[in-house]
Amino acid sequence: MEWETVIGLEIHAQLATRSKIFSGAPTAYGAPPNTQACAIDLGMPGVLPVLNEEAVRMAVKFGLAIGAKIAPRSVFARKNYFYPDLPKGYQISQYELPVVAQGRIEIELEDGGVKTIGITRAHLEEDAGKSLHEDFHGMTGIDLNRAGTPLLEIVSEPDMRSAREAVAYMKKIHSLVRYLEICDGNMQEGSFRCDANVSVRPRGQHEFGTRAELKNINSFRFVEKAIAYEVQRQIELIEGGGSVVQETRLYDADKDETRSMRSKEEAHDYRYFPDPDLLPLEIDAGIIETVRKTLPELPDEKKQRFIKDYALTPYEAGVLTSSRELAAYYEDVVRGAGGEPKLCANWVLGELLGALNKNNLDINASPVSPAQLAGMLRRIGDNTLSGKIAKQVFDAMWHGEGDADAVIAARGLKQVTDSGAIEKVIVEVIKKFPEQLAQYRGGQEKLFTFFVGQVMKASQGKANPAQVNALLKEKLR
Amino acid sequence: MHTKTIAELSRALKQREFSSEELTRACLRRIEKHNPALNCYISVTGERALAQARAADASLAKNEGGALTGVPIAQKDIFCTKGVKTSCGSRMLDNFIAPYDATTVERFDAAGAVMLGKTNMDEFAMGSSNETSFYGAVKNPWDTAAVPGGSSGGSAAAVAARLAPAATGTDTGGSIRQPAALCNLTGLKPTYGRVSRYGMIAFASSLDQGGPMARTAEDCALLMQVMAGFDVRDSTSVDKPVPDYTATLNDSIKGLKIGLPREYFGAGLDGKVAQAIDAAVKEYEKLGAVVKEISLPNTSLAVPVYYVIAPAECSSNLSRFDGVRYGYRCKDPQDLLDLYERSRGEGFGAEVKRRIMVGAYVLSAGYYDAYYLKAQKLRRLISDDFKRALEQVDVIMGPTAPTVAFNLGEKTDDPVTMYLSDIYTIAVNLAGLPAISLPAGFVGQRPLGLQIIGNYFDEPRLLNVAHQYQKVTDWHTRTPKGFE
Repeated sequence: MEWETVIGLEIHAQLATRSKIFSGAPTAYGAPPNTQACAIDLGMPGVLPVLNEEAVRMAVKFGLAIGAKIAPRSVFARKNYFYPDLPKGYQISQYELPVVAQGRIEIELEDGGVKTIGITRAHLEEDAGKSLHEDFHGMTGIDLNRAGTPLLEIVSEPDMRSAREAVAYMKKIHSLVRYLEICDGNMQEGSFRCDANVSVRPRGQHEFGTRAELKNINSFRFVEKAIAYEVQRQIELIEGGGSVVQETRLYDADKDETRSMRSKEEAHDYRYFPDPDLLPLEIDAGIIETVRKTLPELPDEKKQRFIKDYALTPYEAGVLTSSRELAAYYEDVVRGAGGEPKLCANWVLGELLGALNKNNLDINASPVSPAQLAGMLRRIGDNTLSGKIAKQVFDAMWHGEGDADAVIAARGLKQVTDSGAIEKVIVEVIKKFPEQLAQYRGGQEKLFTFFVGQVMKASQGKANPAQVNALLKEKLR
Repeated sequence: MHTKTIAELSRALKQREFSSEELTRACLRRIEKHNPALNCYISVTGERALAQARAADASLAKNEGGALTGVPIAQKDIFCTKGVKTSCGSRMLDNFIAPYDATTVERFDAAGAVMLGKTNMDEFAMGSSNETSFYGAVKNPWDTAAVPGGSSGGSAAAVAARLAPAATGTDTGGSIRQPAALCNLTGLKPTYGRVSRYGMIAFASSLDQGGPMARTAEDCALLMQVMAGFDVRDSTSVDKPVPDYTATLNDSIKGLKIGLPREYFGAGLDGKVAQAIDAAVKEYEKLGAVVKEISLPNTSLAVPVYYVIAPAECSSNLSRFDGVRYGYRCKDPQDLLDLYERSRGEGFGAEVKRRIMVGAYVLSAGYYDAYYLKAQKLRRLISDDFKRALEQVDVIMGPTAPTVAFNLGEKTDDPVTMYLSDIYTIAVNLAGLPAISLPAGFVGQRPLGLQIIGNYFDEPRLLNVAHQYQKVTDWHTRTPKGFE
């Protein structure tokens, strides 16, 4: 039987506010345990939550960016359950009336097509603390620094049909929240993580199969692997005569498998009800318009502009606009280089991204600045450098040897464009290879590239290739 | 000194008839003498009080300070007090030293008031007799066989016995007004949102409201002046200017329209209490008020609605008491579940557990609509009753409680009968309205209270109406025997 996979994602994006969603405590990551938690975060008796308006603005910003409805009135609810790192015994979240509803986003498929993924809702909630099970001699340590950090939970429709699509969607949301500067997207620190609802059904069947929820997946690679594993598990289960049970499963990255956490019967009854400590959140048109004015150019718009203004291919534009920082880097290079957008794109996508990936660096951590790269490209443009030599210059800049001009001067890499000097080299080369000259003149024109190579070698790569070509043709005749 | 009202103490302190330190020492001596019999204080903070008194004397010596500078008060042990045990009447918080001050505590401190100590209360404010306290029952100074009412029973008994000139209370379903009635005090439950709830340990967040308990309406006005006001730390507090509560006390009430809801004078109301309330209403007519019968048709729904909503909120509010971070933790927990079950099982008393279980039940999947949601809809109907009534009349009057104080132990085995003692007070909390209870007579030696309900933020009128009555009656000046 042919199976179809159905996937919906719940993404938790930590909002990049300075203080927590319901208290004034800082949200800084990596501080010593329990130093970023005030009486409110600790759930002391008598404390009350006060909503962080910045978190609301960020949620609105996200809603506008996905073309969603911003609820004029939304309600915070309490989700009640006991856990040691949940200080109040309930999480303040939004349940029946979320702040953002009915949005959508486009992802690109592998065949180059575009698919729209529906976003059911996005709501504000607070994060819990962390339980630390090591180093406490059989006891559990509680760190409440993260407790109360604002989260935007982004819930998709079950619109994805493969693990690849799920990853593409997650990457798209990841890029978007960073474009909007509402989340740092740091997956290692847990600022961006997701749960996946996965089910399978015979192709052509309209009803959904029974789903399993995969919890807390914190990398793009794991999303793909966890879903792939889970899909296979479900298919094998059904084909073996069994049936999928609705349950929550945990992905174990070390073993590359999912395993049951709790079944539907064991599922919590969260006893949701509106939080009486918080008034309904009212957002008027004025606030929405104010936030709309702060919206940056969004990834899809930017991509179209890159294709149009810089004559890039959709692929090139797609990669360059995949992050706001990379797009900004590229545009800085174009400006600095004074044009030649295609050449700039080739260098950014080729040498630069290659080197960054190889060294596992983010664009922000690039040792070569846009100005430096642009400076080098100008030297290609004015024929000071050949493309080949430029790679050496790039490598030197990468290793901190300074700007292109400094590297060129220090290493004597200036391209030779003096035709007299090039002629001199050519004459010597021809003299050195009489046999090849005879063969060439005898009709073996392929040997032309041999001579070019020898000339370039003799000039240590510095001779201008175009001039070499022209002069060589003349001399070999 | 202890016989004086706050208004009188304030004048005497300003005129240096005695110092705040002398006054504070006198109060502390009275507490030492009488508290063992009454059990109205959980903590007495003598040194803190004397330090505040000396600071107040320094201000008074420079002719600085306000109406409450140097005036001793007691705080209900539900208000967090930095560095002082804040137990909420529960074993769960018997070891809890609050790390911060409630807004109400901060405000009284800033006003120069002297905190004598923390008063006894029903556990987590759940009770109408002060018998659910982990620290034992409080005795009514008017008759030590009787309850003082609850949950602010310690505050009521302390002020009635002259162990504090005034005290704070909190009122979720009548917890200021009912003990005020049962102890012959004046107690004001303000409009919901008028007084900050920050640092006031939550029982039912949508109903809880702090307020003053004192001997006279004038004193309540002075205390309200300190307590009322917007607090950025409480999202449900209302950002509305605070009126001068004493400025209108002496306004004439000629022409005042009083509504008497027929539902408040029916079955269940003690005949002698009814007579006393009738007499009080007649007094108002003599003062020029006009009386009109009105109807609050959904009155009978108030108690059942309340006992869905309040437990629902409390079941969630009290989840934080889990033995993990502070408060009571059971000995040698075997695992996490054992830690939760025994810490909560041993830390909470029976009434608190009963309400947590009811609350968890009414919020659970499959029951939410039938109970919680329906209760919220009925709550709206109850509010609408008041809204319509207050379009016709200025204030609504009736008894605060259906009977005078009952005996200790009399209702402890029958929670529903106990719940019915709040039948006239609960609807006011559901509607979020302000209401005051003031002394209006006695049945035997046990006092009773007249309740006056006003429109939202109409506390000045309630205080004015109560004060006018107190100018022509002397119930509020009477002192229980043995505490003169």
